[in-house]
Amino acid sequence: MPVPDHAAAPVHDDTAAAPLVNDFSIQVATANGSGSQTANLVLLRSLFRMGIPVSGKNLFPSNIAGLPTWYTIRASRFGYIGRKKEIDLLVAMNPETARDDVMALAPGAAVVFDQALGLESLRGDLICYPVPFDRIVAAVCPEAKLRRLVRNMVYDGVLACLLGIDLDEMRQALRKQLGRKAKALALNEAALDAGSAYAGESLVKRDRLRVERMNATAGKLLIEGNAAAALGCMMAGVTVVAWYPITPSSSLCESLIDYLRKYRMDPATGKATFAVVQAEDEIASLGMVIGAGWAGARAMTATSGPGISLMSEFAGLGYYVEVPAVVFDVQRVGPSTGLPTRTQQGDISLVAGLSHGDTRHPMLLPASVGEAYEMAIAAFDLAERLQTPVFVMLDLDLGMNTWMSDPFPYPDGPIDRGKRLTPELLQQLGDWGRYRDVDGDGIPYRTVPFDGLPAWFARGTGHTDQATYSERPDDYVRNVDRLARKFETARGLVPAPVVEDDAQARIGLVAFGTSHWATVESRDQLACGYGVRAAYLRVRAYPFTATLGEFVDRCDRVYVIEQNRDAQMLGLMKLELEPARVAKLRSVRHYNGLPIDARSITDAVVAQEAGR
Amino acid sequence: MSTKVNRLGLEVQPYRGSKTTLCAGCGHNAISERIIDAFFEMGIDPAQVVKLSGIGCSSKSPAYFLGASHGFNAVHGRMPSVATGAVLANRRLIAIGVSGDGDTGAIGIGQFVHLMRRNLPILYVIEDNGCYGLTKGQFSPTADLGSILKSGVVNQLPPIDTCSLAISLGASFVARSFSGDKKQLLTILKAALSHRGTCMIDVLSPCVTFNDHDGSTKSYSYVKDHEEPLSDVSFVPFFEDISVEYDEGATQSVTMHDGSRLLLHKLERTYDPTDKLRALTTLQEFGRRGEFATGIIYVEPDHEHFVDLLNLVDEPLASLPLERVRPPRAALDEVMEALR
Repeated sequence: MPVPDHAAAPVHDDTAAAPLVNDFSIQVATANGSGSQTANLVLLRSLFRMGIPVSGKNLFPSNIAGLPTWYTIRASRFGYIGRKKEIDLLVAMNPETARDDVMALAPGAAVVFDQALGLESLRGDLICYPVPFDRIVAAVCPEAKLRRLVRNMVYDGVLACLLGIDLDEMRQALRKQLGRKAKALALNEAALDAGSAYAGESLVKRDRLRVERMNATAGKLLIEGNAAAALGCMMAGVTVVAWYPITPSSSLCESLIDYLRKYRMDPATGKATFAVVQAEDEIASLGMVIGAGWAGARAMTATSGPGISLMSEFAGLGYYVEVPAVVFDVQRVGPSTGLPTRTQQGDISLVAGLSHGDTRHPMLLPASVGEAYEMAIAAFDLAERLQTPVFVMLDLDLGMNTWMSDPFPYPDGPIDRGKRLTPELLQQLGDWGRYRDVDGDGIPYRTVPFDGLPAWFARGTGHTDQATYSERPDDYVRNVDRLARKFETARGLVPAPVVEDDAQARIGLVAFGTSHWATVESRDQLACGYGVRAAYLRVRAYPFTATLGEFVDRCDRVYVIEQNRDAQMLGLMKLELEPARVAKLRSVRHYNGLPIDARSITDAVVAQEAGR
Repeated sequence: MSTKVNRLGLEVQPYRGSKTTLCAGCGHNAISERIIDAFFEMGIDPAQVVKLSGIGCSSKSPAYFLGASHGFNAVHGRMPSVATGAVLANRRLIAIGVSGDGDTGAIGIGQFVHLMRRNLPILYVIEDNGCYGLTKGQFSPTADLGSILKSGVVNQLPPIDTCSLAISLGASFVARSFSGDKKQLLTILKAALSHRGTCMIDVLSPCVTFNDHDGSTKSYSYVKDHEEPLSDVSFVPFFEDISVEYDEGATQSVTMHDGSRLLLHKLERTYDPTDKLRALTTLQEFGRRGEFATGIIYVEPDHEHFVDLLNLVDEPLASLPLERVRPPRAALDEVMEALR
């Protein structure tokens, strides 16, 4: 296959005069705790309100205040909402990082910065917009102690003028952000207007970036993946929540608590139809979830890598005792404490077999906030159907960043409480056994305490069909073989992969989770920039379905794209696929803590295709 | 001959469990017997009971009582969290957790202290023999300073007093007993079953195989010689409509959550188990002398328990119908609208 020279790749070109309409990335560099979140969200939402596809990514430190933080907004008329590798416009508000931030830019990029920093002297190949922030903010905010809080709104005003963002949309977005805080609203609006006015009077636009109204966001909303997953939990009818705070999962349970308090207090009595416990650690969190699941509740916890490590013993107990549990893993960068505020798909191989012995767990792999919601609901049904812990694998990028979505569908139909023994079935079966495989699918019938049906003894030790203690080799083998059969049953119950085929494609791409967005964009880059067409399969769950093997068969080579160093998903595929299929697998990995971007995938695929 | 039945009309059989596999003479077996007696005599429906444990000799024992109840033999030191989840899932369950001194004091100390803090309604029994039996006799954290193993190894670290911990952290019913004192242990267990909140009962239960020799402070003879009841306890369950005559000057009556009465008759000392400070100092005084204070050490019948604290609906969460746990379409619409 002919591959174009790398230099021919479409790169940022500052010499072309044509405007870049609705196709750029903005990075705002501030200090953590400086109140820039309002300004950044207003900027994001105003673009969204103008109908332009957007995404917002917060690159923040593990710190309360003072350390550098960056917020990246991407606008894309093509609907690309993965991270863009290049920064087209930098807002340099943090003196500590300003120099490095500026030096990292590609030639031709634009920089809005505090005049006092004098950044224009650093490089001659950038478009510089110095702004006297202190003077502007002092004029609109007489109270000196409040200036720090509204200073950031000035850059929103400057950008509105430079890019052509409708100031009215910004005001609307600001109102949505601040609600009924009249004084704050007035101050921020004044700062916004002052920034815009300054830019109009004093700055000469020399960059190519433009905003124009589109109609690509009508009916859509903006939400973080953690909040979406929380909504899913509530709609799934969760009743017991146990958690331990850990970045980046905390906002999942915190959102859930807010939703539950608002929508799940019994109207007649004012009492809660849910129990939430902030546990002493992640071990206890999963212990409580397993105890609740054993007693018949829909129970969940949310955590991240270090918590998953601690949960491994209970995960194995849940698998072996066969108790439903739902665990959200909002993945961050490991190993160990790693980079707690950066993103990674680094827990895939750990979670697949979490705990000692022969243990296997189903994993759901949402790529979008919509899927975070839907898979949260599905996870509770699956956990009860399969009577086992089910893991929903988000990552920091999905969980904590702001994504567009269509409104979430109301879950119609009943929930699946799984195979519960009934008095009729008990009579029919005669001698019910907790672990007896009546239907041949590996899933036995269970009872829960105080349901009026026979009791059983849940134990992490070896057991018989009747749940009595046993060390007999035949009992052990029969039981774990049934568990393996149950895992086979799971293949037909988990969300199927999504395949976007291309009859002319010789190669295939496989991705999952948030890598999806960069993969979609990379697929277009490969086709348009290099003439390399690729079929695409997005894995949505583990265990894999037969579709994955068939997809590999129809490709000459398959690039498995993932955000970890060790090709963890590819490793799981190797365990299941036949040698001829394994031989076709290639790996594209991204693991520097930043969300994966299309350019990195494209470059890696192109290089490997060229080097064949 | 008529068979004895309890107030539910049940014979003792459903309160029994499978045959014990612990050592002959193990104190834990005596405790199992008292648990059977207490649940039977209090007329508690075995179907309503969940029995839970961690790992160790003690944690095997739930298989040996209440065979008609659901049981959960969890992982080492983590029974409190499993019990917490179960009780929250179904607030009507009556939970008994059995642990050991290693399961509670070492690997499980974190979950233990947080269970005590929450005052979860549960009967938590520590079968305390000061050593690890299943792994052949190593010291546990309740072993007393200077206590000697069979091999001659001397314990050089101070013990964790689970009763002091439980009281200071918020458990509302704390007792210590001895597996060899049938009457006292049974009375305490029955009183505990009429309490709503965490009942923490540390039962000294000599390990006849690894820790019953001279030099051990958890041997049968040492405990027998060094335990001193703080008062003579008797118990009048709410369903026994009898008036009991007692000398008010020498007896303290504590009314339990369900209306039962706990009667504490004065022995050598005057002891008020509703006085938290006094309870803690008493434990310290006995400990300093190398003795064990037994009986009801602390009781606070009206202390708010965790289920009430969470303001849960009266019905079990586990069996709430879909329409009560899935908000209506309008709720989702409202959330969606706010995100536009």
